[in-house]
Amino acid sequence: MKAYIITGGKRADSGKRVPIAALEEMRTLYERNQADVSEAKSGRTDLIFLIRFRHCCLLRNQRCIVAYLYDRLLRIRALRWEYGSVLPNAIQFHMAAEEVEWFNRYKKSLATYMRSVGGEEGLDLTQDIKPPKSLYIEVRCLRDYGEFEIDDGTTVLLKKNSQHFLPRWKCEQLIRQGVLEHILS
Amino acid sequence: MAAAGGEEPDSDDGSEELVLTPLQLIRSLEQAWLNEKFAPELLESKPEIIECVVEQLDHMEANLKRAKKGDLKVSVHRMEIERIRYVLSSYLRCRLVKIEKFFPHVLEKEKSRARGEPSILSPEEFAFAKEYMANTETYLKNVALKHMPPNLQKIALLKSVPKPNLDSFVFLRVLKRQENILVEPETDEQREYTIDLEEGSQHLIRYKTIAPLVASGAVQLI
Repeated sequence: MKAYIITGGKRADSGKRVPIAALEEMRTLYERNQADVSEAKSGRTDLIFLIRFRHCCLLRNQRCIVAYLYDRLLRIRALRWEYGSVLPNAIQFHMAAEEVEWFNRYKKSLATYMRSVGGEEGLDLTQDIKPPKSLYIEVRCLRDYGEFEIDDGTTVLLKKNSQHFLPRWKCEQLIRQGVLEHILS
Repeated sequence: MAAAGGEEPDSDDGSEELVLTPLQLIRSLEQAWLNEKFAPELLESKPEIIECVVEQLDHMEANLKRAKKGDLKVSVHRMEIERIRYVLSSYLRCRLVKIEKFFPHVLEKEKSRARGEPSILSPEEFAFAKEYMANTETYLKNVALKHMPPNLQKIALLKSVPKPNLDSFVFLRVLKRQENILVEPETDEQREYTIDLEEGSQHLIRYKTIAPLVASGAVQLI
């Protein structure tokens, strides 16, 4: 069980393989305990230690399983803040159906909250992660994106490898999505 | 509270309207932001500051739209807008992180709050916290707990989720002089003693003792 938690990397194995072995073990332990409890009630008090010990194992298993699952949820939550509302397919492939559902509910909850702050349009809290250093930044386009409109109405054609000097706040989203790359000279 | 130069929201408790200059408003925002960043627990929510700052930002954006293009002031004002928006976002993000980290405790504290006490959660944050808790509980139940033996199908979240560590040390600067602040002993050989906090002095002290001072604005966490 510990192995699951320690090796749980960024894209841990699919949640479908959720500690089935651990759950099986819990079921066996519990059944044995049930049997012994009835025996203990009818006089065999020497079994009580064994029952308690099994119960401790059961509690530990429960804790480990829940810790593992919650850790995965925290990583999934981090994905919303890093990648945005739409997860790349490669990552979704590693998520169990219930995890995808949790993600969808979380992002809906977050969206409702963000809309409620900040006036008419809400305030996107996933932007402005770093303090602004300058108004405009040099960016290089990493792949073809098409036309991109800036505030004063002019449009820019984002073609692969083209470089532009654009307002920082407009680019943040595209930089995170991997369309643009901030050039630090 | 109202910010000069913006619309004036009505205050429902009939108290005097404090008119803050934009400078004072931003300073309050920065104070709240720093306090929230360095405090180990979730602090009181400050809906008035947030509302006023948002209004201020909208106001500045509207001004910018009307301004002539190429005016030098435009760049400076836009930079200012960016900076304020960053501080506001960072403040709200910091609160969300704490809400998610300590969700059962935060909800419990809010539920058991006495009527006169100030709230640590805005209504929207409260809704968010409740949804987060329900979402997580449902997930754990469906994926694991319902497959477990009958006597283990519940998890006491209040016990399992760690509480904020109120004994952690924080740096602070004293804004208003305080007397007789109790300092608790670290080891058995030491005894507790009291100190006076002089205005302008800076200290490194355990959060628990000075928590009420942060709430009242007598000290600023740095």
